[in-house]
Amino acid sequence: MTTSRQTGSRQTTERVVHMANQIALFFAARPKEEAVTEVAAHLKNFWEPRMREQLARHIAEGGSGLHELVLEAARRL
Amino acid sequence: MAIVREMDYGTPASTAQSLVTLLIDGKSVTVPAGTSVMRASAMAGVSIPKLCATDSMKAFGSCRLCLVEIEGKRGTPASCTTPVAEGMKVCTQSPRLAKLRRGVMELYISDHPLDCLTCAANGDCELQDMAGAVGLREVRYGFTGANHFDVESAAAKDESNPYFTFEPSKCIVCSRCVRACDEVQGTLALTIEGRGFASMVSAGGVDFLDSECVSCGACVQACPTATLSEKAVIEKGIPEHTVITTCAYCGVGCSFKAEMQGNDVVRMVPYKDGKANHGHSCVKGRFAWGYATHKDRITKPMIREKITDPWREVSWAEAIGRAASEFKRIQTEHGRGAIGGITSSRCTNEETYLVQKMIRAAFGNNNTDTCARVCHSPTGYGLKTTFGTSAGTQNFDSVEHADVIIVIGANPTDAHPVFASQMKRRLRQGARLVVIDPRKTDLVESPHIRAEHHLPLQPGTNVAIINAMAHVIVTEGLANEAFVQERCDAEMYRRWRAFIVEQRNSPEGAEKVSGVAAETIRAAARLYATGGNAAIYYGLGVTEHSQGSTMVMGMANLAMLTGNIGRPGVGVNPLRGQNNVQGACDMGSFPHEFAGYRHVSDNGVRTAFEQAWGVGLDPEPGLRIPNMLDAAVDGSFKGIYIQGEDIAQSDPNTQHVTDALRAMECVVVQDLFLNETATYAHVFLPGSSFLEKDGTFTNAERRIGRVRKAMPPVTGMADWEVTMALSNAMGYAMHYQHPSEIMEEIARLTPTFAGVNYQKLDELGSVQWPCNENAPEGTPVMHIGGFVRGKGSFVVTEFVPTEERTSARFPLILTTGRILSQYNVGAQTARTENMVWHSEDVLDIHPFDAEYRGIRDGDRVSLASRSGETTLRARISERMQPGVVYTTFHHGVTGANVVTTEYSDWATNCPEYKVTAVEVRPVQRESEWQRQHRQQRLAATRIEREEPARR
Repeated sequence: MTTSRQTGSRQTTERVVHMANQIALFFAARPKEEAVTEVAAHLKNFWEPRMREQLARHIAEGGSGLHELVLEAARRL
Repeated sequence: MAIVREMDYGTPASTAQSLVTLLIDGKSVTVPAGTSVMRASAMAGVSIPKLCATDSMKAFGSCRLCLVEIEGKRGTPASCTTPVAEGMKVCTQSPRLAKLRRGVMELYISDHPLDCLTCAANGDCELQDMAGAVGLREVRYGFTGANHFDVESAAAKDESNPYFTFEPSKCIVCSRCVRACDEVQGTLALTIEGRGFASMVSAGGVDFLDSECVSCGACVQACPTATLSEKAVIEKGIPEHTVITTCAYCGVGCSFKAEMQGNDVVRMVPYKDGKANHGHSCVKGRFAWGYATHKDRITKPMIREKITDPWREVSWAEAIGRAASEFKRIQTEHGRGAIGGITSSRCTNEETYLVQKMIRAAFGNNNTDTCARVCHSPTGYGLKTTFGTSAGTQNFDSVEHADVIIVIGANPTDAHPVFASQMKRRLRQGARLVVIDPRKTDLVESPHIRAEHHLPLQPGTNVAIINAMAHVIVTEGLANEAFVQERCDAEMYRRWRAFIVEQRNSPEGAEKVSGVAAETIRAAARLYATGGNAAIYYGLGVTEHSQGSTMVMGMANLAMLTGNIGRPGVGVNPLRGQNNVQGACDMGSFPHEFAGYRHVSDNGVRTAFEQAWGVGLDPEPGLRIPNMLDAAVDGSFKGIYIQGEDIAQSDPNTQHVTDALRAMECVVVQDLFLNETATYAHVFLPGSSFLEKDGTFTNAERRIGRVRKAMPPVTGMADWEVTMALSNAMGYAMHYQHPSEIMEEIARLTPTFAGVNYQKLDELGSVQWPCNENAPEGTPVMHIGGFVRGKGSFVVTEFVPTEERTSARFPLILTTGRILSQYNVGAQTARTENMVWHSEDVLDIHPFDAEYRGIRDGDRVSLASRSGETTLRARISERMQPGVVYTTFHHGVTGANVVTTEYSDWATNCPEYKVTAVEVRPVQRESEWQRQHRQQRLAATRIEREEPARR
């Protein structure tokens, strides 16, 4: 899906980071490989593409503040 | 249809399995053992006169009108209190009985005003009917002497209740009202005061308004005379026809008779055949329907260029045309995903289905969501993950088989009152109760109800408590290992078991974070595991947390661990807030799934919808409501269609919501009233009340019930027709002729609804989904013999504390909820006489916290968080624990959600309404937000109307 404007404000980027980390914290109890798979699946199944793109842009800019499971899961999206 | 009067069998049905055959007036009848002679007679088509008996309550045997003769027995026993026996021979009519009955009636009538022709109950009075039935022709005692009805003797009429009157002079002291309050409602507000001739019904020595009465209407319904009468009947007279429909308030989904005069509702009477309510009601459904004809109703479409302009009334064609052209312009300029819509849990299944269909097919994206996002979306996620179905497991009647009831984060006596009455009846019969709630709710302690254990936890620590309960059950060997082995995924259980036995999940660990004594947690866990059938009922105190979904899965774990699933009396039961939360979720309102909870990325499912709808569909999930608002603030989401929701009042962090709405270029609101969200709208499409529409609602027990049109839509268009017109204007054609055709399409495309159609609903009254070839008459209890997902899945539920923490600046925790007389954002109830009970939101605060801050009861106080500030009056209450305050969000002028934050459930984005760090202090003036809000509302409700042409 395309939109004319693909930027995310600092506020909403912070929110995306926060939400992604919440997901990671839930699945962190699982074995590592399974946790990464589950985080990726959750982001794929429940996040609209522009949210995933916002996450990807933040990772491209260094991904500060992101849980390691999110960083690994994002590579699989 | 003509006026509907249900059969009154006089006494309740017996549930005995064994049968008894007897002769009544020579007719042979076979009935369950334990049936009364009165009921057996009614079943045989033999009517016995009665006054104090009615089949919603136990026999009382006081009026002496139902006397019968029984062969071989002396005297004339009361048929209501006499059980049937095998071979019994009953005579209901004889000269002796006729004389006795006439004598009894003479005594009643000798102390009753003879004003039948001007009485409100004329034509609907059992006393009048019985006088006729026994052939009363004279009153030998005369009407002089001591009585209760002449001017000197009559007690004053009590007109304090806004909806009904109490006229003692017409009372025959049959005690039906007192017993209805006890047995049906369970409030015990009424009593008989005095003795002998001085006996009279009393609301505890005060008038009805100041009494414990909750205005459920059970007493009015039970009254066989005009003593308790609806004011509407007094004003308008007796109704002449009935439309049977479903209440549009909470998720209990009570069935009602709309009793009409032409297109005017005279009264709403609970329908005895309603399977969710069995003839009971609450103050909202029974009485608070006046909003439907309130002067604030907007009945003409309106548009405006800017949100600072006054509204201008236009034709439907112009309003629909404006909305469609703006949406198309936005998509051309900003992309297909720049618009979306919100369906409503207050609207019918058919309307909701149509809105999401329009968004997916006409808007070309999946940016559809529902207000269930902000209440029970974690229920859908949690129960689907563990059991395989996004719905509660039981019917309401299941509670009658429960031995242990756990109520978590729910206040059913206020929010689901009719089910609460059923639950309280079971508790009075001896079921044992555990309440897990930060507040001391009515269920914790009220007349004849006392929770065996109350766990007054700190808001935000549900998961720690549920884990600790599971820890106790596992470590003390109380788990039902056989059930787990047979019914659940072994590997998932092994992992979960290893997690749950860790010391950090012990009651002692939970005590540190929740404040609940470890021994209380242990006792509650032991009771749940060993007390027999154990059922969990929960509300938004579970879901509206950052770990809402985790907690739902924690409860499911507990039910599987103890085998409390898959039969009557047990289960995991969400109490849905609004009337059609379950239905809105079922109908594919969520952005990631089609009707029936099937993901949009599933090629097979999507292809089926594409073929049926004749259009390509997006395989990616769309934006959820909070994501839409974020995207609006960011500038990538520019237009929204909102049917029947008021996100500017109901959604968290009001400033964020209104910033987002203000940032959009086209906001289209369809509603009954110019609600808070309409302040930011460009197009207003007037909506219809439930009394004006055909369709279905699905209640919290998955029960699909018919909504039937009692009056034509005052706007000229039904809501589904409006959505259809908008879709057609957007370029995607819809051509339904009636909502039944929409349901036929739902059934074709949704396996769990495959057997649902209006004819079946008319025949059966209602059905619970799944309703298909495997269960043609529906499914009252789910997961019998196996889970929908196959093996039940235990899920590790690590407790993660919320990030919303108290601090020196915000040292208190605010939790929010609702009260009995008001509903949601107050759009409906705030436009009724219910305002007499709750005219403003108040802040409940513990005496300690109040004294520390110099706050007295009734003081105006500031309620401030990092999100914002509002003011309201304080009520000092020991229901609260120190450190926790509580308010409702029923009134727009309070704006409770100005204070709540954007934190949300990790899985679903359901807002964390239940935990906000706040400070409270005395103030004299309204907050800056309130001042601005008042000015904005004045400006936003200006309507330019064309002067009517002069003749």
